[in-house]
Amino acid sequence: MSDGNSQGKNGFSRRTVIKAAAAAGALQLTGPFIISARGEEPVKIGLDNPLTGTYAAVGGNELHGCELAVEQINAKGGILGRPVKLLVEDSTSGDAGTAVQKARKLIERDKVNFLLGNVNSALALAMADVSNEKGVLHIVPGGHTDAVTGKTCHWNVFRVCNTTQMEANAVAPALVRDGGKKWYYITPDYAFGHTLQAGLEIAGAKLGVTKIGADLTPLGTTDFSSYLIKAQAAKPDVIIFLVQGNDMINALKQAVQFGLEKRFHLAGAQQELEPLIGLPPEARIGTWVFEWYWNQPNVPHVKEFVEAIRKKTGGHVPTARTWFGFASTWSCALGAAAAKSLDAVKIARAMQGMKLPPEVGLMPDQPFYRAGQNQLIPNLFVGHAQAKGSDPEDLFKVTEVVKGVDAAGTLEETGCKMVWPA
Amino acid sequence: MNATLKEHWQNALVWALLLTMPYWMNAVGGYTELASRVVILGLAAMALNFLLGFTGVLSFGHAAYFGLGAYAAGMMIKYVYPSTPLAILTGLAVGAVAAMIVGALIIKRRGVYFAMVTIAFGQVFYFIAFRWNNVTGGDDGLTGWKRQAIDLGFTKLEILEHDKAYYYVVLAVFAAAVGIMAALIRSPFGRTLIAIRENERRARFLGIPVDRHIWISFVVSGSFAAVAGTLYALLQNFTDPRSLRWDQSGNFVIMAVLGGMRSFWGPLIGAAIFVVLQDYVSSRTENWMSFIGMFFVLVVLFFPRGVLGILKRKGTA
Amino acid sequence: MTQLILFNTFNGLIVGAFYALMALGLSLILNLSGVINFAHGGFLALGAYIAYTLLPHVGFWGALAIAPFLTAIIGLIVERLLIRPLYGRDPLYSLLLTFGLAYVLEDGSRYIWGAQSVPFPIPEALTTPLSNEFFFLTGYRLFMVGLVAVAVGGLFYILNRTRLGMRIRAGTMDLETVSTLGVNVQILRNLNFGLGIYLAGLAGVLAAGMLGLEPTIGTSLIMPSFVAIIVGGLGSLPGTLLGGLLIGVASGVTTVFFPSATEAVMYIMMGLVLLIRPRGLLGEEGRVQ
Repeated sequence: MSDGNSQGKNGFSRRTVIKAAAAAGALQLTGPFIISARGEEPVKIGLDNPLTGTYAAVGGNELHGCELAVEQINAKGGILGRPVKLLVEDSTSGDAGTAVQKARKLIERDKVNFLLGNVNSALALAMADVSNEKGVLHIVPGGHTDAVTGKTCHWNVFRVCNTTQMEANAVAPALVRDGGKKWYYITPDYAFGHTLQAGLEIAGAKLGVTKIGADLTPLGTTDFSSYLIKAQAAKPDVIIFLVQGNDMINALKQAVQFGLEKRFHLAGAQQELEPLIGLPPEARIGTWVFEWYWNQPNVPHVKEFVEAIRKKTGGHVPTARTWFGFASTWSCALGAAAAKSLDAVKIARAMQGMKLPPEVGLMPDQPFYRAGQNQLIPNLFVGHAQAKGSDPEDLFKVTEVVKGVDAAGTLEETGCKMVWPA
Repeated sequence: MNATLKEHWQNALVWALLLTMPYWMNAVGGYTELASRVVILGLAAMALNFLLGFTGVLSFGHAAYFGLGAYAAGMMIKYVYPSTPLAILTGLAVGAVAAMIVGALIIKRRGVYFAMVTIAFGQVFYFIAFRWNNVTGGDDGLTGWKRQAIDLGFTKLEILEHDKAYYYVVLAVFAAAVGIMAALIRSPFGRTLIAIRENERRARFLGIPVDRHIWISFVVSGSFAAVAGTLYALLQNFTDPRSLRWDQSGNFVIMAVLGGMRSFWGPLIGAAIFVVLQDYVSSRTENWMSFIGMFFVLVVLFFPRGVLGILKRKGTA
Repeated sequence: MTQLILFNTFNGLIVGAFYALMALGLSLILNLSGVINFAHGGFLALGAYIAYTLLPHVGFWGALAIAPFLTAIIGLIVERLLIRPLYGRDPLYSLLLTFGLAYVLEDGSRYIWGAQSVPFPIPEALTTPLSNEFFFLTGYRLFMVGLVAVAVGGLFYILNRTRLGMRIRAGTMDLETVSTLGVNVQILRNLNFGLGIYLAGLAGVLAAGMLGLEPTIGTSLIMPSFVAIIVGGLGSLPGTLLGGLLIGVASGVTTVFFPSATEAVMYIMMGLVLLIRPRGLLGEEGRVQ
């Protein structure tokens, strides 16, 4: 097995390169732990979220929200008078090993006071185990699986985005109104999809809806034709697309190419601006629920937020994800201020029932963290997608703002039994 | 005589570093879990290298056995009986059986086609883990279990809370596995493998049952990769389909190549460099994939003999 | 029920044709150069993104015509600079190289065009749905299968009727002899690689019309290509074509009866082929290296 040349043609280069690289590497390695003890020791917030892979777009938007919040918090004096520093780690979009490793790194090596993450529900749960083990305050900006503030809720874990049950409850009436009572589900085959479908079945049953059929599609499905063929054969009123992200784009794009929107109502539950932007205009259709929308003309402070984010992103509007990151980060500051301490237990107690001020809530009603569940109860925005609106990125028409308290079930229904440390 | 003395010094140095790693790892900006990862992934890379570097057979699907070990360990603790040693042994058994079956199916191929089929089989296992939701947790991963304290009779090792304690358990298992592999390589069986690597046709003409030897090597390699997988799952208290995917396989191969395929400790060095580098780069920039990718390219083009390969030549030059 | 089966069979053929296009490119490169091109998905994405960038200037048809060529040119450069130095060596190295290249291509795409999916509009003419008793298709899919048929036809024409093609086929069987006959093997491999990448780029443009265009668009399409090659027979291009079609149809029909086994069927087929006929359905004896 020859490896071609060695010292011959490249001469000195290889060995010198190695030595230089080793030296540079050593220098780099010593870098991080030269902690500047000058001045105030900053309060550290660790963000462990996807920056690469399938969730790169939404993770990136959450990051923008976090960054803006940190800027604003520091402009107002920081947390308890100390500057705030945001440490960002890429959890990747699906590698739990990396997400957990980064969480441990942020907690053990960087000694963060707060942990934020993850977009991927499964990773959020895995990280919650770590944060609970180490007693660090953890806020999940955009991981939707119900268990995070449900069956496996922890005293130290809070969540900003909605549970799937809340989304289902909010959108079901509109689906019946716009489409009808015979539903066919196209559901992604993971926890989020399962609970969202279950939630819709429960909410729908109360309204007299019948489930005509359902298909579980693997994550990352590119070709939905076989599922669409089955769906149209079952002759429902509404084909419910619960798939998200790229799967949503593929499914809707193909559904419209098959002309299904002319025969059935295409709709679903959770929808986001990111897939709508990626769809061709003719596929931006359907009844959906958003968790936050940027075009709220009558709500104070929203315009400033939109402008600030446009500056940050070179002209793009904030999405719900941006708001998740923003609200999560601000919650850390507000919680610490309310508790007058950085002790996680004290902050968690102070956050029970904590309301977000209008500059952070950015919606008609004031969102608050439900006591005993640590789940934020916000407004939900039901409406339909539109090919274009007042702005190239105004792709959703809000028809109804649902109060979170109406959409959320009772505390018992969530299955969360919170255990506090002694 | 000199060679063996140098070998002893090498071994001593490696073990000294390994035994003290949790202590100096923190000082250089690492953390104990990173040290555990280095040892675990190093074991996986060394297991792969048993096949790749010493037998000369390219498998690009070893993550399959790694992942199978991980799932077996997790499922044992979650569904059957909460015991860490039992979990590790189950993982070893499952990995061995899988390697036996797959090995038997593909043994007739060589070179690039062998590699392709190993990749494809790796994907089969990935796919099963990904879709068999009820049992494996699917894309959400296998959760709801933790590594159990080890009851040694005279004392209980609380490895769940104490990262350092777990590191030493990992190191102990590593030592056992590595010891067996070293013994195998030094044995006549090991010498035969090297002969097969050097010139398969001649080995055949000498009457050596080449296919059988390669099959055994494949099984040994897969089994120890599975053991590494069990340790990995126990480290995270979690496992998910990513541990089975072909990019994980690729990582093992790059570790072996980076450290030096022809040397025993090479893959461990490669693992150390790769794990630390990846951890470091991914914290610094969101474009870490480009850096890691270019790193692969540079290693292949300019340092194919790996770190130890270069040092060895320096010595003999 | 029969209608469902019919619908899914036709659709499966179309999807299979797409897999075949991708697999053929991969197979070309594998057969002649012995390189498993892990970066094939990355080149697919690159083709799609180049087309996306060209859309406002030359429209869909212009992008369709030009983008695969540009992608192929990048492929030629990559082969010359990165892969050529590795031919004498163990296939391991080229595998690792394309593996790393895949990372670079994905991350590079994300860096240049962003992580957010970008909309890729297709011409009005192709957006009509077509359905009757026997099939349920979209105009775009019909166009796609037509284009794949033309591309495959073109490929077989090149391979069987041109000198380059003859040399490629000869080189696949015995590169050393071809070299001693005076053919410049370096250039042959280079052009062959470019041809394979052309097919990947073309697949990318087609994919962008049907799927969301984002940096990971190519990564999920690589595995069906592998399976298509193994099922169809290593070393046989018609085999790869057949393999792709079979996979597509099998997946489609399985959805009717066992929806959860839709992708499993691809691997089951692979397992069966390896057990019963290891050289693949149309593979040549002795091609097993």
